[in-house]
Amino acid sequence: MNTLIALYTITHKEIRRFLRIWPQTLLPPAITTSLYFLIFGRLIGDRVGAINGVSYMDYIVPGIILMSVISHAYSNVAASFYSTKFQHHIEEILVSPVPNWVILVGYLSGGILRGLMVGGVVALISLFFTQIQIYDLTIILVTAFFTATLFALAGFINAVFANSFDDIALIPNFILTPLNYLGGVFYSVSMLPEIWQHISRANPVLYMINSFRYGFLGISDIAVELALGRIFGFIILLTLICLSLLEKGIGIRD
Amino acid sequence: MYALSIENLTKTYNNGFQALKGIDLDVEEGDFFALLGANGAGKSTTIGIISSLINKTSGNVSIFGHDIIKENKKAKSNLGIVPQEINFNQFETVENILLIYAGYFGISRKEAKRRAEKALKQMHLWDKRDTVSRRLSGGMKRRVMIARALIPQPRLLILDEPTAGVDIEIRRSMWEMMEEVNKEGTAIILTTHYLEEAENLCRNIAIIHEGMIVEHSDMATLLSYININHFILDLDKPLQRPPEIPGYQFELASEKVLTVGIPKKNTLNQLFEQLSTYNIQVKSLKNKSNRLEQLFMDIVQ
Repeated sequence: MNTLIALYTITHKEIRRFLRIWPQTLLPPAITTSLYFLIFGRLIGDRVGAINGVSYMDYIVPGIILMSVISHAYSNVAASFYSTKFQHHIEEILVSPVPNWVILVGYLSGGILRGLMVGGVVALISLFFTQIQIYDLTIILVTAFFTATLFALAGFINAVFANSFDDIALIPNFILTPLNYLGGVFYSVSMLPEIWQHISRANPVLYMINSFRYGFLGISDIAVELALGRIFGFIILLTLICLSLLEKGIGIRD
Repeated sequence: MYALSIENLTKTYNNGFQALKGIDLDVEEGDFFALLGANGAGKSTTIGIISSLINKTSGNVSIFGHDIIKENKKAKSNLGIVPQEINFNQFETVENILLIYAGYFGISRKEAKRRAEKALKQMHLWDKRDTVSRRLSGGMKRRVMIARALIPQPRLLILDEPTAGVDIEIRRSMWEMMEEVNKEGTAIILTTHYLEEAENLCRNIAIIHEGMIVEHSDMATLLSYININHFILDLDKPLQRPPEIPGYQFELASEKVLTVGIPKKNTLNQLFEQLSTYNIQVKSLKNKSNRLEQLFMDIVQ
C-alpha cells in the first residue's frame, strides 16, 4: 500500500472538484468583496477617518481578505465531505486501506488551497481600491495558512455531524459570520468598552485577523506570537478531534 | 486459511435493534459461497461489518487471517465489495471511477490504467470508459461497481445482490463473469434473492434468519434435505377433482393444471404410469419452484 499515492488521489480529487466549478467557487468572493471595499472602504470609510494611524480602507483590507479565506476554507471541506457522505462515495474510501490521517489531510488540502486562492483573488481586487503594503510577508503567509487549516478542520467536523445540507449552512450563518464580524474586521477592539474587549478576546477570529493585519500594516491589538500560538493550539486540538471522529467512525459508519 | 472467518459476531444498533445475534461463519479460499436471507435478516449488516462500513458490537472478523480491526489495512487490501446501492461519483467518467479507486489502494497510475482496461473489457464496458457514469443504464452501473471491485485484485469478493433489477441477458453475462473471476482463484460471497442463481453458481451456502445462521453447509448436502419435489402438470383434458393416488400430493390449480408433490424415492415414470390408469394425459410439466427456494422457505418459516 503506497500511502502517498492515496494521499495524492484524494488531494487531486478535492482540488479538481473546486477548480472544475471555479465560477461558483472562486468568482463570487471577487464580487462580494468589491462591494465591501466600495461601501465600507470608500463611501463610509472616508467619514470614519484613520484607525491606529492608517486609513480605514487600509485597515479593513487584511480583515476582509482573511474573512474570505475563513469562509471558503470552511465551506469547501464541509460541502465536499458532506456530499461525499450524502452520495455514499465515502464508502469507496472506507472499504479501502487508506489511513485516517490521509483522508483528513486529503480533504483539508482542498479547503486550504481554495481558501488561499480566494484570499489571493480578494487581495488582487483590493488593489483596485488601495495600495497594499506588506510589513512582514512571513507572518501574512503563516497566518493565512494556519487560518485556512483551522477552518478547514472545523468544516470537516461540521460535515461529519451533518445530517442534511441545512446542517452545513447552519454553522456558517449562525456562528462563523458573527465571529468574523465581531473579530475586528471593521474596527479595532481598543475602540470597544473594556468589558467588550475582554469578551472579544474569547473570539479566535480576533487573533487571526490581528496577526494577519500585523503582517500588512505592522499594527495589532494582540501580541502576534500569542495570536499564532493560540491558532496553532486550536489546529492541534481540532486535528485530534477529527482523527478521533474518523477512528470511531462517527457520522460515517453505522 | 479461511478467506473469511466470523466468530460470534453481534450487532445492536443505537435504536436497540439486534441485527446480528452471534454469527459464526467460515468461507474457504477460492469458494463460491451463497449468503441467503430474507430482507432484514442481517445479510447487509454482516457485509457492512466485513467491509468496515458498520461498526460491530462484539465478535471477530478476519479476512485471510487478518483481523478487520487490528490489521485493517491488510484485511481491506484483500477485499473487494460490490454493494447493493450505487455508491460511485456519478459525475465522473467510468474509467476515472476505477482510477480513483485504484489510487485509494495505493496503486500507481500506470498499473491502475492497465487493470482498469482489463476490468472494463471483462465487464464489456471498455467502449463506455469516457462516458460520465450517470448516463449509463442501471445494468451498466452495476457492472461498473463490479469492475471497480476487481481493481485491487481482491482475494475475496463480496457481491451484495449484484443482479437485482437487471435483465436476464445481463444477469447471465454477470454469472459468466462471476464464474470466470472465481476460476481465477478469487473467493466469492454472493447474496441474492434469485435462489436459482445461488443454486447454479455456489458450492457452499449459509442461510441467515433474524440475525442468526440457521443453515451452513455445502449446496449438495442442503439440497439432499429435500424429500419432496413439486411439479406443475399441464393436462390434456379438464379435471373436476384431483386424483387420489397413495404417496402423492395432488392439488388442482385450475381445470387443466395439476400440481403434484413427488416423494424423492419415486420416479416421474412411476407417476405417469399411475396417471395413465386414471386416463390423465400430461402435455407438459415444469418445476413448481426452484429447489433451493422451496428449502429456503422451509428453513426460515
